[in-house]
Amino acid sequence: MSLTSYFLQQLINALSIGSLYALVAVGLAMVFGILRLINFAHGDLMMIAAYIATFALMSHIPLPIALIMMMVGTVMVGVLMERVAYRPIRKAPAVAALLTSFAVGQILQNSTLLVSRFAQQPVQIAFPQIDFLRGVVTIGDLTVSKVNIASLVIGLGLLFLLNQFITRTTLGLSMRAAAEDLQAAQLMGIDTNRVIVTAFAIGAFLASIAGLLYAVQAGTVNPDMGFTPVLKAFIAAVIGGFGSISGAVVGGYALAFLEVLLTAIPGLGDILPAATTSPSVISFFKTYLPGSLSSYRDAFVFVILIFLLLVRPGGILGTTDREGRQ
Amino acid sequence: MLQIDNIDVYYGKIQALKGVSLTVNDGELVALIGSNGAGKSTTLRTISGLLRPKQGSITYNGQPIDKLQSHDIVRLGIVHCPEGRRIFGSLSVNENLRLGAAAQTDKNLIERTRKDVYELFPRLSERGNQQAGTLSGGEQQMLAIGRAMMSQPKLLLLDEPSLGLAPLLVESVFDIIQRIKERGVTILLVEQNAWQALDIADRGYVMETGKITLSDSAAALLTNPQVEQAYLGGAV
Repeated sequence: MSLTSYFLQQLINALSIGSLYALVAVGLAMVFGILRLINFAHGDLMMIAAYIATFALMSHIPLPIALIMMMVGTVMVGVLMERVAYRPIRKAPAVAALLTSFAVGQILQNSTLLVSRFAQQPVQIAFPQIDFLRGVVTIGDLTVSKVNIASLVIGLGLLFLLNQFITRTTLGLSMRAAAEDLQAAQLMGIDTNRVIVTAFAIGAFLASIAGLLYAVQAGTVNPDMGFTPVLKAFIAAVIGGFGSISGAVVGGYALAFLEVLLTAIPGLGDILPAATTSPSVISFFKTYLPGSLSSYRDAFVFVILIFLLLVRPGGILGTTDREGRQ
Repeated sequence: MLQIDNIDVYYGKIQALKGVSLTVNDGELVALIGSNGAGKSTTLRTISGLLRPKQGSITYNGQPIDKLQSHDIVRLGIVHCPEGRRIFGSLSVNENLRLGAAAQTDKNLIERTRKDVYELFPRLSERGNQQAGTLSGGEQQMLAIGRAMMSQPKLLLLDEPSLGLAPLLVESVFDIIQRIKERGVTILLVEQNAWQALDIADRGYVMETGKITLSDSAAALLTNPQVEQAYLGGAV
């Protein structure tokens, strides 16, 4: 593989992973922005979406209908979550809300397990193949999986639509206003419950798409599949500037680029063309940055993130407002 | 127009208002003055539904409003311009104004009001696309009042509009308040700048430690020695 292809391949990887992180992270950021609630059950919405799609497709429901069921079902679970679990404790301390989010996550995971058992399915189910997301696209010596391309295109498209929503519509502006000052927003005649429900609904919708793409990439679904993505999305939102939607997007892509970069560089020793690169460079990579180093990727990622947060505690886009919130 | 009858308001276990009663009649400018912590802002926050009275009632044109949500109270025409401006700093001036009209549905009326607000505050129209957080203190106060005007107030609750402004700007804020009154908006004005507030008001109430201690015409209060004493918290 040529160096250019290697570079392009990694670039597409980063953009596609970044899109998934961003889709999940904006949902976290929207809710956190308004309610100061870190909704760790957000990842379980991805899981719910993946399961609805799995069961629907296994029952031979046509793909478009299965996808609509998935989106509508996930949004309903997201909205219900707010209504049943979070609204009653809205005035409670932040810790209570955080613990509640763990409880909500557990309940969703256990419910999924119960449904799986009832449907006589194993804990881990193979995700049914979706034809148009199957296989790879080859351009020259570049090979990209279709699901990566889909993640990239769908992710960027949805983020663009979200941006239109929060900059052009009154409801979207209300959402940003509520994130900045909930009480002042109320005094404008903004129905804050409506804004909060909208934030949960949009977050759940984006999570459902991310959940689908994630399940396609993983090839399987299981009840705790939402944990790693929500953790990554949380990190993405924090490094971008927690509570801000644009921060979550920037953080999502930044985290993905960092991860891909730290995976790609150690492999360079095998990729650099021996004919044109001096042997000392190649031996440098092979000795000090061998391909096996990429399994330590996360450790390096976190070290870099810790340094980033030391330099910019508010995140990449973070500004600290008068209440010291970010 | 607005009738507050004997309300008690608590922050947790601490009683902030003790049997407060006051009336604002249609077209009036009423000043509510008193020292820091007397309960002036609490009174406004209770009218606009951010706080609930434990006792007593608040009626607006005969309709009880003390159990309504804030956003429904705004729809009735009671608009609260809060202390400390509370503008949305990350949004533009135009977006702030647009949100002021969040409860309005008539597009033509919104556009007319926006022109009206820009006429009242020409400085804002020059800065329509600027991020509100980058405005000067005076401009932010203008935006806060302009944003409140976008909500089509019949009764405007103004909380410390002159707070933290240079003397020259304080003058122009009081000027603006008079001009808003001339447009037929009824105003309940909370101020620490007692003399200037009474100068433009029709009537006034003096608050001390959660109670109304004096109420009279503004002219009479201006010459009442008790006002000075109350205002200085009885330290004289």
